[in-house]
Amino acid sequence: MMRFVAPLIGFLVLVALLYVGLGLNPREVPSPLVGRPAPAFVLPALEAGASAVSERDLTGAPVTVFNIWASWCAACIEEHPVLSAWVKRRDLPLVGLNYKDDPDAARAWLARFGNPYHKIAVDREGRVGIDWGVYGVPETFLVDRAGIIRYKHIGPLTPQVVAERLDPLIDRMRAEAQR
Amino acid sequence: MKQTVRAVVMIVLAVVGGPAMAVTPQHFEDPAQQRQYEQLLPELRCLVCQNETLAESEAPLADDLRREVAELVRRGESDAEIRAFLVARYGDFVLYRPPVKTVTYALWFGPFALLLVGVGVWFTVARRQRRMGAAAPVLSADERRRVRALLERDEDKAP
Repeated sequence: MMRFVAPLIGFLVLVALLYVGLGLNPREVPSPLVGRPAPAFVLPALEAGASAVSERDLTGAPVTVFNIWASWCAACIEEHPVLSAWVKRRDLPLVGLNYKDDPDAARAWLARFGNPYHKIAVDREGRVGIDWGVYGVPETFLVDRAGIIRYKHIGPLTPQVVAERLDPLIDRMRAEAQR
Repeated sequence: MKQTVRAVVMIVLAVVGGPAMAVTPQHFEDPAQQRQYEQLLPELRCLVCQNETLAESEAPLADDLRREVAELVRRGESDAEIRAFLVARYGDFVLYRPPVKTVTYALWFGPFALLLVGVGVWFTVARRQRRMGAAAPVLSADERRRVRALLERDEDKAP
């Protein structure tokens, strides 16, 4: 009896491991920044004449969305309508980090697709991006009232990500801020 | 002959020249720093093309990270400090040699555990076979006679 059961159990364990392991996304590297304070930065704003943008622009509200994007990033175009509709629906302050981009191209991109951002910092060299552990644009962070990073999403936002991961967390963060 | 030489030269150039062109070189005044930089890079993972090290990756982010590492080296930071700088931003995943801690126990000791299991299975199977082999005689005297008869008949038929 054991002769058949032992290999069968081994096989089922292997199937379970492979099922979970192959279902994981290797691009989703857990960020060590979640649960830590937002890294400090001071960068010029994309809009001419606007004051500099810093990490302090990410604190104060129960939830602030920090979105890393670039005009050269195809997935950003895909994400743009989802992001715009979401921040409008949930009335969220949205700060952008224009990552390793030509400011003129970035402004033209916003003129073409629309500008959902309240403030945009220009990170031409990608230095602030490194401090934030950015490696695949677009990326989206949620920062709480105290300036702690609560969530990081790598890759374009989709309605599914918004509904399943972001919206429930936002409800929780807003409830916390009321206490 | 001439063609062979040409082919060999081209292969050598392709192998040696490819990576050399892809990476923006960093220069150091101090040869010790140059050495530190060159030894550190192959241990660090490029986050964009995840199976390449920072020493060989052509991704723009890899070039940025090399610039960052070079600057830290010039500032006189130790290997451990530079690794800590990258781990704070990208997590242990940037290290090709992950630290030994609770979450990486399976990674570090799993293969040895599997090896032990394999050796255990091998021993049990081998012992069981030996026991069964000893219990039953291989062939009875009668069977032996039949085998010999069959073999001899085959030999007669051989051309």
